[in-house]
Amino acid sequence: MAYTEEELKKELETKEYEYGFYTDIESDTFPIGLSEEIVVAISKKKNEPKWMTDWRVEAYRVWEKMEEPDWANVNYEKPDFQAISYYSAPKKADPNKTLDDVDPELLEMYKKLGISIDEQKKLQNVAVDIVVDSVSVATTFQKTLAEKGIIFMPISEAIQKHPDLVRKYLGTVVPTTDNFYAALNSAVFTDGSFCYIPKGVRCPMELSTYFRINQAGTGQFERTLVVADQESYVSYLEGCTAPSRDENQLHAAVVELIAMDDAEIKYSTVQNWFPGNKEGKGGVYNFVTKRALCEKNAKVSWTQVETGSAVTWKYPSCILKGDNSIGEFYSIAVTNNYQQADTGTKMVHLGKNTRSTIISKGISAGKSQNSYRGLVQVSSRAENARNFSQCDSLLMGNECGAHTFPYIEAKNKTAMIEHEATTSKIGEDQIFYCNQRGIDTEKAIALIVNGFSKEVLNKLPMEFAVEAQKLLEISLEGSVG
Amino acid sequence: MLKIKDLHASVEGKGILKGINLEVGAGEVHAIMGPNGSGKSTLASVIAGNETYEVTAGGIFLDEENIEDLSPEERAHNGVFLSFQYPVEIPGVSVTNFMKTAINESRKAKGLEDMPAKDMLKLIRDKSELLEIDRKFLSRSLNEGFSGGEKKRNEIFQMAMLEPKLAILDETDSGLDIDALRIVANGVNKLKNKDNAIVVITHYQRLLEYIVPDYVHVLYNGKIVKSGTKELALELEEKGYDWIKQEAAV
Repeated sequence: MAYTEEELKKELETKEYEYGFYTDIESDTFPIGLSEEIVVAISKKKNEPKWMTDWRVEAYRVWEKMEEPDWANVNYEKPDFQAISYYSAPKKADPNKTLDDVDPELLEMYKKLGISIDEQKKLQNVAVDIVVDSVSVATTFQKTLAEKGIIFMPISEAIQKHPDLVRKYLGTVVPTTDNFYAALNSAVFTDGSFCYIPKGVRCPMELSTYFRINQAGTGQFERTLVVADQESYVSYLEGCTAPSRDENQLHAAVVELIAMDDAEIKYSTVQNWFPGNKEGKGGVYNFVTKRALCEKNAKVSWTQVETGSAVTWKYPSCILKGDNSIGEFYSIAVTNNYQQADTGTKMVHLGKNTRSTIISKGISAGKSQNSYRGLVQVSSRAENARNFSQCDSLLMGNECGAHTFPYIEAKNKTAMIEHEATTSKIGEDQIFYCNQRGIDTEKAIALIVNGFSKEVLNKLPMEFAVEAQKLLEISLEGSVG
Repeated sequence: MLKIKDLHASVEGKGILKGINLEVGAGEVHAIMGPNGSGKSTLASVIAGNETYEVTAGGIFLDEENIEDLSPEERAHNGVFLSFQYPVEIPGVSVTNFMKTAINESRKAKGLEDMPAKDMLKLIRDKSELLEIDRKFLSRSLNEGFSGGEKKRNEIFQMAMLEPKLAILDETDSGLDIDALRIVANGVNKLKNKDNAIVVITHYQRLLEYIVPDYVHVLYNGKIVKSGTKELALELEEKGYDWIKQEAAV
């Protein structure tokens, strides 16, 4: 069959969520609803020190007075925050257990996701801290990391073991009052990852975390804090898949990165939460706040491949506070069926000679809406700030939308800001050309999409790039073949 | 090898091919000439299986098998190759990657494993030498920013890589300067053997000085109105198409 608009449409519609399975693990779940008592109970459940409990309660009180933002280019039914359970932990999980003790069903689930917690990871030089629902159940390579003085553990554990470090940095980049979802996360987060790289240390392996929403009706509110001390380097990978669920699930994470003088952080994400079915039913609401603080000569690169979620609201940002600091944002956002994504970045230039690069690739198919929203802000003191932005959109079919909302605010005359944007469509002639060379339509679309996304895929660590490419294919191809 | 019987094809209800009969045997080179709008490119597209065109009557047979129900990629797997008049751009996909995908997809269709990287590299090296292609060229995005000549040379490079049974060259000479024409033609000649067949679609006799056809056909108004040997091409060059049109009108 040769490719036609009509056939492409059909093919895309038949796409099913590959990771749509549900593992039945007994969970220790709180009653639904949110109140100050629940917030305190979460804190108590996790044996947190008083300062942490107070911090949460303060966040809760702020959140209570806030309103859910509605400026993004997305439409969805606002979640009922009183209908969500705010704590859920796999019952049989215990961080002190060995792998043999881990629930076999859980291990089976990892297997389906292609996550191996065994020696293979070691060969691939990846330390994995896996979060299922809210509690980390497996942590590897602690020893290798410990030898370098690197701390990489679930944040709940870090609150117990390194309270001073956590207390010093938590909420310094994304304050509890920052926005509605960040405040909510601050009040109710149950786990996430904490990473500290000491001065002058290059982290010898890619640090990675896989998140996964599992329990029905529970949201996940991860909290990630990465601190790279002076002259240190770390590459952090975050990958997500979620099982298929009928009702919408809320995911409101907060990620804070701190790159001190001369430090570098690479933060890569592959996001594949359940996008909802082809009628637009179900799917994850992904409302994420990610922000990095760059001190003098520091560099932060955000790379994201966003293929999942029904609604995405996400702007990984860089505060370029220190002179000569560098911020980078490389993004691929794929939307299909009824998915909606409003994603982009903020580059806030405060220091002198600060530089930022934004490369955004949006791919829309089905009836989806894909928006890039970006802010490049140059403060009056930021002499010689430089920015380059490139936003490319690729459309498939006639019913989807691509939107670009670039905001530029320059208060210093020496600023140099460039913005480029293109919109293109996968053409029947391109598909036929590939077909004629023996490449079927499905593979042809994958080839064209990968070519379109290449600049960003190239920024990912090798093993992640392969996974990301696969995800792009899964997200856009039909179940043909 | 290729048999076309009373082929009728239309686009958006408008008849373009009005009863084509053509037989191409293994080891033969056929040239199809004709004025603009006579249906030459349509014929090439229809053989390749482009579904923009609707086959309303007649059939196309490859090795006695009717290929009507085969998709374009299946026809490619069976050895049909079309050198496009206007090759499309695919940004971000290198020539090498594209060829690797094409070859492995064809192998997959035949139940073969992917070609080992070592063999692939050797093949690319050999074929790029054959067409005097600079290796740097192969890492560029497919047809993006290519000159007219580079695009056509790249088409023939792909033909060399895929080693088709039946190659249709649709106005491969257009946009080529005389040096590029010679290189491309030499490449085609080296690829020619007793088991494959080549159909050259062209306006001009120039290309046929290099790729010498066994038969020349004149397509006019959706029909082959005259067939002959290479001398026919010379005659057309000299006299133009008007006399053909007049003959056809009678």
